[in-house]
Amino acid sequence: MNIEETPLPGIGVRRELRLASGRRVGVVTHRDGLTELILSRVDDPDACAASIPLSAEEASALGTLLGSAQLIAQLSAEQENVSGVTTHQILIRKGSLYAGRPLGDTQMRTRTGTSIVALLRDDDVIGSPRPDEVLHVGDLVVIVGTDEGLAEAAAILQSR
Amino acid sequence: MDSTTLSLIQLGIVFFGLGFLGRLAGRIGMSPVPLYLLGGLAFGEGGFVNLAGIDGFAHIASEIGVILLLLMLGLEYTAKELVTGLRQSWMAGLLDIVLNMLPGVVVALILGWGPVGALVMAGITYISSSGIIAKVLGDLGRLGNRETPVILSILVIEDLAMAAYLPILTAVLAGVSLAGGLTAVGISLAVITAVLVVALRFGHIVSKALDSPDRESFLLKVLGAALLVAGMASALQVSAAVGAFLLGIAISGGTAESATRVLEPLRDLFAAMFFVLFGLNTDPRTIPPVLGFALVLAIVSAGTKVLTGWWAAKQQGIAVLGRARAGAALIARGEFSIVIAGLAVASGAVPAELAALATTYVLIMAVFGPIATRYVEPVVRFFQGKKPQGKEPELSF
Repeated sequence: MNIEETPLPGIGVRRELRLASGRRVGVVTHRDGLTELILSRVDDPDACAASIPLSAEEASALGTLLGSAQLIAQLSAEQENVSGVTTHQILIRKGSLYAGRPLGDTQMRTRTGTSIVALLRDDDVIGSPRPDEVLHVGDLVVIVGTDEGLAEAAAILQSR
Repeated sequence: MDSTTLSLIQLGIVFFGLGFLGRLAGRIGMSPVPLYLLGGLAFGEGGFVNLAGIDGFAHIASEIGVILLLLMLGLEYTAKELVTGLRQSWMAGLLDIVLNMLPGVVVALILGWGPVGALVMAGITYISSSGIIAKVLGDLGRLGNRETPVILSILVIEDLAMAAYLPILTAVLAGVSLAGGLTAVGISLAVITAVLVVALRFGHIVSKALDSPDRESFLLKVLGAALLVAGMASALQVSAAVGAFLLGIAISGGTAESATRVLEPLRDLFAAMFFVLFGLNTDPRTIPPVLGFALVLAIVSAGTKVLTGWWAAKQQGIAVLGRARAGAALIARGEFSIVIAGLAVASGAVPAELAALATTYVLIMAVFGPIATRYVEPVVRFFQGKKPQGKEPELSF
């Protein structure tokens, strides 16, 4: 994939890629760290239909979502036959009790009966993470389990 | 009432009033500069109220305002961006200089202000307001547009051109001979080159010398360095503003960003004082005679900026709408036109009407520029004979 990088003097950098449909989609990174999601217009490809400011947390979550779309689809396909079991993704937010601590500390299986099947971090997928894997802020934790188990799991991972 | 008390009260009134004007400008989404100028016109000579108690403070504050405006202009772009910009868009930059200095020169000659007045007016009509333009582009969500880098690189070159122009202007205003003027140009070009090289190679050393983890000492160091360099430049007849500007270019990276952050409120304060003082010293009664010229100048120099942006965008393979957007975005003139006029008026080498013309011109351009930028698309579409397209295409994927 070809990512085009354009410096914006005095403002920051624009990185974008051209989609198969011909549209440009990309990110403007301001010098002060603010990011903006941009998408070119159909009728006027030089201009933008949208430019959406994102906080660092939002940008990272969106990136993870996009990177993980395929894995989630695969997981959901696999459990279609198993009734009563669903997949859930939980974001590790800033200030979460478990941010910066190893996965094993959550004792997820013992406490809720659910299984953590993957961690999505930036663009990487960490499949079947080991208990010593350290959770980071912005990680998306993919969990499989019953509805009650998943609710408990969410409460644990989001506790402060 | 002793004089200090009177000064405090008058200053308080001025800042309080400016605060309201700034808020009003923010509400309607325009630059506060024209409102500050109007505020200055309303008071002072020939205006409603006379503020004599703050002359001393206003004078030094507006000097500092100019220094901070230029320092922050230098901070805005890194040395690398300046060099890359110059390499990539020098042709557009050259066209910009020729097309947009010309209207100022012609009007000055028609009004009989001679070569000095022509040089001053050339600068006033040439320099776009990077502050207004960057803000408008951000507000309109055009940072992702293809023509935006074209606009920004023209602004970068204008920046560099200022570094060459201001020393020439200072020398000419001081009444030096042709040889003296050429020497000033030579010195300033050598200094600019040296600063660019230093900034590219050793920018981190300059930055490190100024940097400090403590906000307070950092602020004092940066401000101190700026005033010191500006003062020394002024002593060498190179213009205080250029000294500050070059210091701004030499400061780079993270230090430049933190410097921008800590200096911004100070710049806002002192620059506001500068604009007000400029308005104060301009007699509103001198405006009506030059109003016609200001209007013609505004129309012509808006057209020349549009041509510049249009041509530059076309070179980059951008379609008609984008070319029009690039052209319209460049129209806004603002703070730096007033800085140039301020230097000229302070030197006494130009007639007082120049201040009136510059004020009126900037009032028009600072207001019209952002409006043109916003509404250029429907206008172009209308002339293309296409129906203006509403929300629908923005949502179709």
